[in-house]
Amino acid sequence: MADAAVSLVQAGPQRIEDSPGASSTGRKDAIFHGLCFSAAMVLMATLAGLLISLAVGGWPAISHFGLQFFTSSEWNPSGTPDHPEFYGAAGPIVGTLITALVAMLFALPLAIGIAVFLVEFCPKSIEHWVAIAVELLAGIPSIVYGMWGLFVLAPWFEEHVMTPLRLVAMDHPGGFADHLMTGASSGSNIFTASIILAIMVLPFIATVFRELLLSVPTHVREASYGMGCTPFEVVANIMLPYIRKSAVGAAMLGLGRALGETMAVTFIIGNSHAFPKGVFDSGSTIASTIANEFAEATGDLHTSALIALGFVLFVITFSVLAAARLLLGQETQ
Amino acid sequence: MSFNESQATQAAGVSTVMVAPPAAERVLDVRGLDFYYGKKQSLYGVDLPVARNKITALIGPSGCGKSTLLRTLNRIYDLYPGQRAEGQILFNGENILNAKDKPVDGAPVATSSRIGGDAAKLRARIGMVFQRPTPFPMSIYENIAFGVRLYRKVTKAEMDEIVEVSLTRAALWDEVKDQLDKSGLGLSGGQQQRLCVARGIAVQPEILLLDEPASALDPLSTSKLEAALMELKDSLTIVIVTHNLQQAARICDYTGFMLLGRLVEFRPSSDAFVKPETEAMRDYVTGRYG
Repeated sequence: MADAAVSLVQAGPQRIEDSPGASSTGRKDAIFHGLCFSAAMVLMATLAGLLISLAVGGWPAISHFGLQFFTSSEWNPSGTPDHPEFYGAAGPIVGTLITALVAMLFALPLAIGIAVFLVEFCPKSIEHWVAIAVELLAGIPSIVYGMWGLFVLAPWFEEHVMTPLRLVAMDHPGGFADHLMTGASSGSNIFTASIILAIMVLPFIATVFRELLLSVPTHVREASYGMGCTPFEVVANIMLPYIRKSAVGAAMLGLGRALGETMAVTFIIGNSHAFPKGVFDSGSTIASTIANEFAEATGDLHTSALIALGFVLFVITFSVLAAARLLLGQETQ
Repeated sequence: MSFNESQATQAAGVSTVMVAPPAAERVLDVRGLDFYYGKKQSLYGVDLPVARNKITALIGPSGCGKSTLLRTLNRIYDLYPGQRAEGQILFNGENILNAKDKPVDGAPVATSSRIGGDAAKLRARIGMVFQRPTPFPMSIYENIAFGVRLYRKVTKAEMDEIVEVSLTRAALWDEVKDQLDKSGLGLSGGQQQRLCVARGIAVQPEILLLDEPASALDPLSTSKLEAALMELKDSLTIVIVTHNLQQAARICDYTGFMLLGRLVEFRPSSDAFVKPETEAMRDYVTGRYG
């Protein structure tokens, strides 16, 4: 009984009706508390461990090449005595940023359109089916997108977009098409990779946008219509400004996904380490480079360079997500 | 003032008393209005005459359908599939419930002012202020300018004047004239509600509908709002739903008492409150209903 008394005191206020099991209740509470705490700590430790091991593993490459690791686009794993191995990651870093940004350029307007349609105009009977389609799109494994991109999209794009553009470019040297086609390679390029990425992040962004639009209070929406606004005016002038901060946050979360997407991009981006000369040039992203080379990386420096790339991707993604979190947080306050 | 003959009719076991303003004075004339939320009927054959440049109050216990009735007048219920109204709502002779209808009796409606099926056009001419203040997420100035810009192209100077006049008429100008660029969301509840009134009148509607506009306001804000409404009736017609009987008695010219989806008694306020004719209204104004 002494034990029971002590644990009662320690555990603070207890429900009187629980008194027969009071001591075990106090202990259970403490165990529960401890379990939850350690679960959270495991997560923190994992994150810290990951970051530290990436930093440590990547350090040899970064210290060896210094700033050139970020600015040079020479990526030469097969060192010869005349020409030692060299790792400059500017190509993959820029490729990562460009594909993700171009993907957002496509995905954002589409996502807004889908969300607005679902919330404002869609008949109840169709809404269900569109929502299912959006969910299905989100559920397709990325490798399927990659295969589709490589076998269907890339050849189609080359035949129906790039070939005509190339002809126009030849007729008008120095014209817009000529600039656009600078460095153009095959249908597997940065642009088609961006399209695949856009399709992949679209369902996520559209779903979040839809929920944000639904969160606009009914009375604000009614008041806008009550002013005599047309649906377009309500959406453009009231509802979108109302959710703007959260929407930016949601877009950033989508951007975070696009930055890290690996398999689909590896399939279609062309995997060239050179600095991309144009949007139709083949390129690489950080994730695709790592996926392509890790199994074959034999030299310590090569492995270290890839780990350093992973560290860079971690930092980029983390910054984007942190910014998103910050913006999303502002809205809820 | 002249009134139609008082007519008592029998509807669903409740006797109805109607002392309506003459047809020529009515800007809005609701006839035999039924309203349905899906399958559930919530208005039964409501007749409501609304006199021009008067304040008409709708009172009655919660759930009696007074807000529903108000929401049919600018067809805001259109936003929700499944809600529908049947009957006639004549706005200057045009039935706004059925755009294809020819004007019913009265003077034919000029083509230019016809609403047709255009709900946005209708709501520009029949404005609405809601129970909860609903400033838009923009500055005080923009809250008013926004609506005006939807319908008219005006210069900056004209817009400045419209904003000032609207705020003045809503009895808010003196309180906000130095902070027009601040967010409308930063105002107090009472100020926000008057901002909504200013916003509503800035587009020069013929009718302003108010759905319990003072229910969230303190007494001082309420009296400011009421004063503003009294001033406004020179230039527009007001229909107000209220739970506050003193308010109805103070500022309204006509009062309609609703019960269980029916308009039970409709009379000039001066008579309605002194000597309600129906037993239901008598019970309500003496506090025997919720």
